[in-house]
Amino acid sequence: MSDINTLERTWSDTQPDSGLDLRLTDTCLRDGSHHKRHQFTAQEVHDIVEALDGSGVPVIEVTHGDGLGGSSFNYGFSRTPEQELIRIAAETAKRAKIAFLMLPGVGTKDDIRAAQDNGGQICRIATHCTEADTSIQHFGLARELGLETVGFLMMSHTQPPEVLAKQARIMVDAGNQCVYVVDSAGALVMEQTADRVAAVVAEIGHEATVGFHGHENLGLGVSNTVIAARAGATQIDGSVRRFGAGAGNTPLEAFVGVCDKLGWRTGIDFLTIVDASEDVIRPAMPEECQLDRMTLMMGYAGVYSSFLKHAGNAAERYGVSGAKILLEAGRRKLIGGQEDQLIDIALMLKAEQDKAAANS
Amino acid sequence: MSTKLTAAIVGPGNIGTDLMYKLLRSDVIEPRWMIGVDPSSEGLRLAAGQGLEATHEGVDWLLKQDVLPDLIFEATSAYVHREYAPRYEEAGIRAIDLTPAAVGPAVIPPVNGQEHVGAMNVNMITCGGQATIPMVAAVTRGAQSSGGVSYAEIVASVSSMSAGPGTRANIDEFTRTTAAGVETIGGAQQGKAIIILNPAEPPMIMRDTIYCAVSPDADRDAIVASIFAMEKAVQEYVPGYRLLQEPQIDDPSPATRGQTKVSVFVEVEGAGDFLPPYAGNLDIMTAAATQVGQHIARSVLASGG
Repeated sequence: MSDINTLERTWSDTQPDSGLDLRLTDTCLRDGSHHKRHQFTAQEVHDIVEALDGSGVPVIEVTHGDGLGGSSFNYGFSRTPEQELIRIAAETAKRAKIAFLMLPGVGTKDDIRAAQDNGGQICRIATHCTEADTSIQHFGLARELGLETVGFLMMSHTQPPEVLAKQARIMVDAGNQCVYVVDSAGALVMEQTADRVAAVVAEIGHEATVGFHGHENLGLGVSNTVIAARAGATQIDGSVRRFGAGAGNTPLEAFVGVCDKLGWRTGIDFLTIVDASEDVIRPAMPEECQLDRMTLMMGYAGVYSSFLKHAGNAAERYGVSGAKILLEAGRRKLIGGQEDQLIDIALMLKAEQDKAAANS
Repeated sequence: MSTKLTAAIVGPGNIGTDLMYKLLRSDVIEPRWMIGVDPSSEGLRLAAGQGLEATHEGVDWLLKQDVLPDLIFEATSAYVHREYAPRYEEAGIRAIDLTPAAVGPAVIPPVNGQEHVGAMNVNMITCGGQATIPMVAAVTRGAQSSGGVSYAEIVASVSSMSAGPGTRANIDEFTRTTAAGVETIGGAQQGKAIIILNPAEPPMIMRDTIYCAVSPDADRDAIVASIFAMEKAVQEYVPGYRLLQEPQIDDPSPATRGQTKVSVFVEVEGAGDFLPPYAGNLDIMTAAATQVGQHIARSVLASGG
C-alpha cells in the first residue's frame, strides 16, 4: 500500500527496535528558556520532565536557550545554572533521553564534558547554516565521549537547498549522526521546507538521519513539520504549548495528534500529553506564546526568533518601536547570537526619532 | 650603523601579507624576509615584488642563514608557533606571535604595550581581544575607586569571509584565550568571550560589544571619560576604530545581577592595506603587532642593542 500518508523514511529504518516512525524531541526546556527569560526553577524542570517522560516523549532538551554557556549579559543570565537543570532532568527521566544544545563560539568543549557528566546523552551542536565547519572539533569530541550527536543548521531559510546540503555534509564528515534543517525565524513556507529537507536527505541520507525544527512566526509550524516528515525528516522538534522563542515552536501535542490521524507512530500518548500541556507546562509559562505584531514581524522579515524578548527590552528602554527594531535586524541580516546589535539599532532609531521631533 | 631592526614574517597568508605592508612603512623595522611553505603562495609573490627575500622552504631554511632577523612575526597557526618558539629563542630572535599560541605574555598596545618590551616572545591574543580588551581596561580604570570590573563579557561579530581556517577549526581557543585576556589585561575579575561569524553580503564590518559589571556606586562620568580616552588611544594605530554609540549605563537590576552595567559598542574598519576594510578584525591584529614590534625595536635601538 502506498499513499500520501506512507512515510518513505522512518526512524525505524535506523532504529528497528524503536517501533517509531518519527522520533520527537521536546524543547520547552531549551527553546522555551527564551520565552521564560532563562528563569526556570529546579522544580519546574523536574515537573515538566516528569510529565513529558510520562507521556512517552523520547527526547527532552534542557539547556539555556542559547545553549551551553549562554548565561550572559548578551542573552540573559540563568536563574538556575543549566548544568544543574540538566542533572535534575536526567535524574527525573525514566525513559526519555536528555539532550543539550551548544553553539560553537558561545559554549566550549568543557561545557559538553560537564553536560555529559550531569547525565546528558545527546549533544546537539548548532551553527549558522553557512558556518558548519566551526562545529568539527565539537562533533569530534562528542563522538569520542560516546554521545549521540545532532547538528543544527540555523536560519535555514537564508540559504538555498544545495548550500544546506553541502553544510550538512561537513557536519556528517565530522562525525555527526543527524542534521536538522532549522527554521529559526519561522520564515519557511511549506515547499521551501520540503525542498531543503529533501536536499539534505539526498546528500547525507544514507549515512545519517535528518531532522526538522520549526517555529510558529507565520503560523506554519505543524504544516511545515508534516511536509518535512514527508520529505524524509525522521527526527522532529516541537515544544508542548509552543513554549519556545518568537511565536513559539511547533506545538508538540498538536503534532502528535496529527501523527495519530496520519497513522505515524510517535510513541507519545496524545491524551496524556494534552493533559501535561494544560496542567504542567502552561503553569510554568509566563504567558502563552502568541502570534502578534512582534512575532509576525520575525517570520515576515526572517529574524532569529530569540531576538523577541531582547528587542522588546530595547524598545522599552529607549522608547522606540520593537517591530521596527526587528525589521532593521532583518535588513542588517543579523544572525543568531547578535542580540547586542539590537541595542545599537534601538539607539539608532531613537536618534532618528529625536531628530524628527526636533524638526517638527 | 643600522637604525632599523630586521624582521621576518612567517606565514604569507592574508595576515602576513597585510602585516608586510604595515611594516614597510615603519621607521624602526625593516621587513626583509617572507617565509612560507607553498611555492604558489600569492603572499610570497607579493613579498618578492616588494623586495623581500621570499622563500617557500620554511623556517628551517631561515634559521640556517648566516644573517638572522632580529624579529620574527609569526602569522601561521598556534600549533606551528608552539613548535618553533623555542628555536627562535635559542637563535636569539624575538618573536611577536599573532597566533593564539600564548607562549609569551599577552600584549594590548594601549594597555600594557611597554611592559614586555624585553620579552623574547609576546602574544597578540586574538582579534576580538585586541578590539575589546582596551575597553575593558578603560572601564576598569574608570571604576578604580569602586573596586573595578567584577565581570566583563565581550561579543565579537566578524564577517565569515574574514574568519580563516585556523579560527574555524579551533573556535574554543578564541573564546578561551580572549576571556583570559579580558581578565589578565582588561582587569575584570571574571571574563567571558563570545564570537559570531556572520556571512552577510556585502560583508559586515567587524563589530564588538563590551559589557562590564561595576559597583552601583561607580563613578559613571569617570568611566565614560576613560572609554572616550581609550577610543583615541586605539585610533592612534587603528584609525577605523570607533564607538558606534555613547557608552550605555544601566542601573542595577535583577537582570544585571545587582550590578551597574556598562555597555560599549565599537566598530573596527580596517585600513585596507591588503585586506578589505570590512576585515577590521584582521587589521587590528596586524596594526597591534606592528605597534608592539615598534615598541620593542625602539627599546632595543635605544639601548644600543
